[in-house]
Amino acid sequence: MRNIFLFIRRYFNFLVFIILQVLCIFLIVQYSRYHQAMFGHLANGITGKINKQYDNVEYYFQLKKTNDSLMLANERLYNKLAADFQLPDSSTREMIDTLRIDSLLQYRRYQYIGAKVVANAVTTQSNFVVLSTSMADSIHVGMGIVDPNRGVVGAVTDVSGDFVVVMSLLHKDSHLSGKLLKTGETGTVSWDGKMPNVVTLTGIPKSTVVQKGDSVITSGFSTIFPKGLLLGRVIEVVKEISTNNVKIQLQTAVNFYNLEYAYAIRNYQQPAIDKLLEKAKNSSR
Amino acid sequence: MSSIVKYIIRFALFVLVQVFVLDRIHLHQMVTPYLYFLFILWLPFNMQRTPMMLIAFLLGITIDSFRHQPGFHAAACVLIAYVRPLLVNLLMPQEGKEANYDEPSITSMGGFMAYLVYIGFFSLLHHTWLFLLEAWQFGNFWYFFVKTVLSTVLSIVLIVVTDLIVVRKQKFRTNTI
Repeated sequence: MRNIFLFIRRYFNFLVFIILQVLCIFLIVQYSRYHQAMFGHLANGITGKINKQYDNVEYYFQLKKTNDSLMLANERLYNKLAADFQLPDSSTREMIDTLRIDSLLQYRRYQYIGAKVVANAVTTQSNFVVLSTSMADSIHVGMGIVDPNRGVVGAVTDVSGDFVVVMSLLHKDSHLSGKLLKTGETGTVSWDGKMPNVVTLTGIPKSTVVQKGDSVITSGFSTIFPKGLLLGRVIEVVKEISTNNVKIQLQTAVNFYNLEYAYAIRNYQQPAIDKLLEKAKNSSR
Repeated sequence: MSSIVKYIIRFALFVLVQVFVLDRIHLHQMVTPYLYFLFILWLPFNMQRTPMMLIAFLLGITIDSFRHQPGFHAAACVLIAYVRPLLVNLLMPQEGKEANYDEPSITSMGGFMAYLVYIGFFSLLHHTWLFLLEAWQFGNFWYFFVKTVLSTVLSIVLIVVTDLIVVRKQKFRTNTI
């Protein structure tokens, strides 16, 4: 017993060192797996407030770019106004694409919830965007986030108080389903951790004709993004030697360097889909 | 000013500068400017190892919480704090020199070269451990090797510039009684 105490006293520093290192590695491993681990909630509350104060100042320097981007978004919306269109013939049968049969009311599938970006990173391997909104109550983990021009930003990993933490497209664990607009092939969009604003589309067969500048959109296979949101544009096509696929480098639609506003996409059919998937999972067991 | 207050202010300043100035500079994807660990290098000579490691852990976890991924910087900081007394003893063999000055600086280390070795070694140690942890999560060894070397060079430059800008009053404490 005495020897044990002597040992502890002699190597006390080393033991503390080992314990702290093991604690750090435990945090790294555990946090990568469960994104809203014990640490997240507490830390997000505090850092969120500090980030917001900083953003109040930094926001003024970005006003010009923000205005330009909002102007473009507005322009697009004005062009979609119903008043700008005229029906060619009043006798054509009007059809409303709806899931509810006994009513003429249209069904809302997606709702956009605006939020201000208060913190954003592009330099690390695991980049997160932090949003601040008073509507955080209606934002849930797993919801998709887009920028004012509906380019994909990422998916929500944690919500606490008024703050929402978003795993950006530039995160090593981020995998989204993407689709080539022209030919329709779907693949996976992920980030290799090197260049900010450049992501990779994999799983596209070599037979596909892909050109520089082709658009890649969300496939709509996942429930978090509606179909057709712009993910990025092709800048380079690399043929993989060992497989039958090509690796396509994309310039992201969103410029992650000057993100100021973002919208969370709420899918009203999500609970119904989740329920069905749950049921399918249970019955297959 | 009491030294505890001084160190608390210094802690806050290093964290704020790292998070809100250096982390927002996008030089190149290979180069990340790091300065915050200079706080650990500037801790006083006579500090015990265990409290130093705990403070380093606190500093690292603070930086980590701003980046939403705990563990990486904390691990690197704890490693620096553990190794620091060893290197200080190696670099300053003259007896009693650390009793004359409070904390490491060019004057107290006895020359620019010794100080440069001191900051260079710990920059390299910090970056190696930090990027290794990230590489172990991420793969691609060579990319991180180059990143480590380039970031270390930038960190050394930043620290030297900081030393030129920030004037730390180095009191010569005579203990020849």
